[in-house]
Amino acid sequence: MSAPVTESRLTRRFEKLKEKDRAALVTFITANDPDPAVFRQLLEGLPTAGADIIELGMPFSDPMADGPSVQLSSQRALKVGVTIDDVLSAVSDMREWEVDTPVILMGYYNPIYRYGPAEFAEAAANAGVDGVIIVDLPPEEAEELNHHLRDNNLHMIFLAAPTTDESRFPRILEHASGFVYYVAVKGVTGTKSADISEVSARVASMRTQTDLPLGVGFGIRTASQAAEMAQFADAVVVGSAIVDIITDGIDSEWRAQPGLATRVLDFVKDLANGVQTVRLESAENASTGVGA
Amino acid sequence: MAEARNTYRDGPDDLGHFGLFGGRYVAETLMPLILEVEQAYEAACADPSYAKELESFRTTYAGRPSPLYFAERMTDHFGGAKIYFKRDELNHTGSHKINNCLGQILLAKRMGKTRIIAETGAGQHGVATATVCARFGLECVVYMGAKDIERQKPNVFRMNLLGADVRAVEKGSATLKEAMNEALRDWVANVDDTYYLIGTAAGPHPYPAMVRDFQSVIGDEVKVQMDAAEGRLPDTLVACIGGGSNAIGLFHPFLDDTDVRLIGVEAAGNGIDTGEHAASISGGNPGVLHGNRTFLLQDDGGQIRDAHSISAGLDYPGIGPEHAWLHLKGRVDYVSATDEEALTAFQLCSRLEGIIPALEPSHALSYIEKIAPELPSDHLIVMNLCGRGDKDVFTVADALGTEVGAET
Ligand SMILES: Cc1ncc(COP(=O)(O)O)c(C=O)c1O
Repeated sequence: MSAPVTESRLTRRFEKLKEKDRAALVTFITANDPDPAVFRQLLEGLPTAGADIIELGMPFSDPMADGPSVQLSSQRALKVGVTIDDVLSAVSDMREWEVDTPVILMGYYNPIYRYGPAEFAEAAANAGVDGVIIVDLPPEEAEELNHHLRDNNLHMIFLAAPTTDESRFPRILEHASGFVYYVAVKGVTGTKSADISEVSARVASMRTQTDLPLGVGFGIRTASQAAEMAQFADAVVVGSAIVDIITDGIDSEWRAQPGLATRVLDFVKDLANGVQTVRLESAENASTGVGA
Repeated sequence: MAEARNTYRDGPDDLGHFGLFGGRYVAETLMPLILEVEQAYEAACADPSYAKELESFRTTYAGRPSPLYFAERMTDHFGGAKIYFKRDELNHTGSHKINNCLGQILLAKRMGKTRIIAETGAGQHGVATATVCARFGLECVVYMGAKDIERQKPNVFRMNLLGADVRAVEKGSATLKEAMNEALRDWVANVDDTYYLIGTAAGPHPYPAMVRDFQSVIGDEVKVQMDAAEGRLPDTLVACIGGGSNAIGLFHPFLDDTDVRLIGVEAAGNGIDTGEHAASISGGNPGVLHGNRTFLLQDDGGQIRDAHSISAGLDYPGIGPEHAWLHLKGRVDYVSATDEEALTAFQLCSRLEGIIPALEPSHALSYIEKIAPELPSDHLIVMNLCGRGDKDVFTVADALGTEVGAET
């Protein structure tokens, strides 16, 4: 097995945020949704709006683990057309002016398999990508891609779910890199709301088994929910709630209406504000520090 | 799997791989459940009472064994090989799908699941699932593409009568592929009480192997019945391929009888060269969808293409992984038949044999029309007549430009 990735934009970002005692805000949007121009505007605005890590969806025709919001965003992106090379060139353009914010790609395996796992890993690294999440590649099937990712210093980020029991979690950790992404609900993206006490108990239990940062996503829809999760998680992922703003901001022909990017970025600012201040506030508000 | 194999019947390996194909490509939320299904299935196989219960339901509820029938007029008409039909359309609910549903519902019960979900294309698997759910008193939700609901109306009504909740899936091509996506999403959201009763020999491990095992009753019976009728093995077996369950069920017991020629017939829709077809081996490439690696219809970017077939049960852009492997091994020949060829065979079988076949096996029959006349009269062909055509009368009437008078 090639060496695990130990140093990257992603590890540096988590270290920095740990020093500041705050969680990372991870924002999900789908590449080229609703069109290439607005997508690039969003990419440009996300770091200053407060996204600590940018997660980009690589659209797939059959997003089996996604709810209606992300399904729609994939359809929009596929309608205007988006290939893996399009996603990668957007990232490499971004790298000309944004060097510190990690970018992770999220998608399904088939487009990558078709592209070629080795070719994909190399092209993604060259473009300035830092990690990937492949929804339908559990540890049992992941090595075919993961060893190429490691060779190119890219993290393969794995999901852990409410159904992942104590005996299975170590198997995920054997392969995991970058951070562990805890799926906070039993369900597809964008449909249920996460239960804070359940999630915090699971995160606490996972902490006893790994030093990797622990992210939480699925079912986090508002700034206050994000802030609640940010009290104990190292990263908070918001996806469908952002994508829904895009859905609301396009006309019936899927054309972006004026001001769409600003509305999305304003929401991200709200989310960031909650995530950035929550631990400070709870420290001020009294007693114990809840931090990691 | 070892290189120096002398059997085609020992797959899959422990991780569910048939060579390059198969496996378990699912979201982590489902992974523990799929492992649980695998364990439960292994435990059931080791428990003689499970086999006994299944056998009893096969006999007294489904009506097995299904007859092996000498299609004499069809044989005379083609003037060559001797043609037999394996009459799986005579099973309770009208197709081979009940073989699989009985096996899986008994498993779901053992696992203590109370809610069953399924995907369906032609509605035959939906009907069979709704049937066993009614019989065992379990809640049943069936996902079905809106286009398929339209073209298989009789089956939608049957499912409703049986107490199932049929949910229309409007997305994409609104056929079997989308129904399967939606069923997987349902499962992710209802992991605690729900069992996903997959209808074909595809999906994540252990489904392809498990469904094959349940359908192998077809081939096992043919072996015995052909021996009784002709005192030997058949020469050629022919079956249609949607996901591939009726075909693998017929073929699997014969895989190591290498003198027996095996032919799988995919749906060529308007013709392979038109791009409007459902022939994933003849017109696709390896890829990953719905939990397994197999041949898929897809574009250069790895986006799945919509399939096309007049037959809702074959209208799927993939094929079970064991077929993908048998294709690479060269053990099974995969060919195709167009909508038009299937329609012709559908009518021919109705008139010559007094059997209205489903559009799915009509594809297999139309291929027999191509090979039988050239073969000697002692060449024994068995076709899996895996479904009856009542469900298809509206579609066929439409295609022939006639109107069905009264409702069914
Ligand atoms: C009668 C009949 N034959 C064949 C099929 C295709 O499935 P499979 O290839 O799994 O046998 C169907 C599916 O609905 C069917 O109803």
